[in-house]
Amino acid sequence: MDGYYDPEDLPRFAEMGDDAPELWDKFNSWYGAVFQPGALSEREKNLIALAVAHAVQCPYCIDAYTQGCLEQGSNLEQMTEAVHVASAIKGGSALVHGLQMRNVASKISM
Amino acid sequence: MGNSLPAERRLPPDADQQFRILQLDGEAAFQPFDSRLAQAGVGPLVAGGIDVVQINVGKFCNQTCKHCHVDAGPDRTQENMSRETFELCLDAIKRIGRPDVDLTGGAPELNPSFRWFVEQVRGLGCKVIDRCNLTVLVMRSQAGLAPFLALHRVQIVASLPYFLGSRTDAQRGDGVFDKSILGLRKLNELGYGRPGSGLELNLVYNPTGAFLPPDQDAIEADFRRELSTRYHIEFNSLYTITNMPIGRYRDYLVRSGNHRRYMEQLVNAFNPAAATGVMCRSMISVGWDGRLYDCDFNQMLELELGFGAPRHIRDFDPERLAARRIVSGQHCYGCTAGSGSSCGGRIS
Repeated sequence: MDGYYDPEDLPRFAEMGDDAPELWDKFNSWYGAVFQPGALSEREKNLIALAVAHAVQCPYCIDAYTQGCLEQGSNLEQMTEAVHVASAIKGGSALVHGLQMRNVASKISM
Repeated sequence: MGNSLPAERRLPPDADQQFRILQLDGEAAFQPFDSRLAQAGVGPLVAGGIDVVQINVGKFCNQTCKHCHVDAGPDRTQENMSRETFELCLDAIKRIGRPDVDLTGGAPELNPSFRWFVEQVRGLGCKVIDRCNLTVLVMRSQAGLAPFLALHRVQIVASLPYFLGSRTDAQRGDGVFDKSILGLRKLNELGYGRPGSGLELNLVYNPTGAFLPPDQDAIEADFRRELSTRYHIEFNSLYTITNMPIGRYRDYLVRSGNHRRYMEQLVNAFNPAAATGVMCRSMISVGWDGRLYDCDFNQMLELELGFGAPRHIRDFDPERLAARRIVSGQHCYGCTAGSGSSCGGRIS
């Protein structure tokens, strides 16, 4: 193994069902249903998935949903804005925890 | 015009070599197309009539698009249909009855016999479709072209891969988007794409990379909104067309390391319903030199008609051609992926 992440592993995802087929089937069925058009369009769902993929820093998901977004007709402006949304939430999430720091500091300081 | 492909990219691809690569990939990694059809119970492909005569009038074009399966360009001055061959096409069309006549290229309008042929075919009462690259409409030498098309009520199917200049120019050449918008405005001013005018203007979306097209209705709504808001442009319908893994597009796939993955996508997205409606079942394709093919893609791979069917327009036999067995290869997965792809957009 040359590294922890290999692009060739993405098409092998289904092997996760080899030793737990029922759980895999349930996951697969739910996953497929999630991405069906509903109150949100397939394009919107792919943009959300792309943003989350960056937030969780999953290279497989970034690969899959970059392709997914392009196949849904999204463009790089829209996709870049989606990544900025994810980044803003991640950055904001870190920053807002600063209030905990301030609360603790206040509590133990004179 | 407006493109700077390196010289080696403008060399005509070797059709034999491309077909060998496609077949090799098919044998090595993917189920042969004919076998997949048989497995799905929809093969072999047989024509069910001739509703459309698609004529590729030549490879001369004012553009050099990176995805062009024809490998057309300004340097392809020799491979263009002669008046004599056009006349043979006219005879064949008369023998079919009143098929739709679909003119493609290259830029078909740049063939010296284009306007004469349109007049003749319209005189027979046939619907004429012009596959237009839009920029030809703003060429100085083609000033009267758009009014001519409107006068003869030619349906226009125009290439516009995206509503943003960056992606359109990345595929079709620098400055093409702006000229395309000028061409579209000219057509709208003549009534094309306007409700009630009867002048039909349809756009073609094709992916600007190694991915499949989106849902046709969804992307059509985007184009309508964006082209109206940004440029006040109207059109009738938008067709999504899958890029075939042949010609310059195949070269791009190989060069960018995407060929295998793209083929996997096409094969994995095989749709039997799309396979039953592929365009080759209802059309005949004529090359610039009069040779006959099942489609424009087979034409570029030089896969002539097989199974005993006549191979040249001078031997045209409507009855035999209308029920011919179709010649297929691994590239045919391009027409059967997802919702399918044809010259009129999605199939199913």
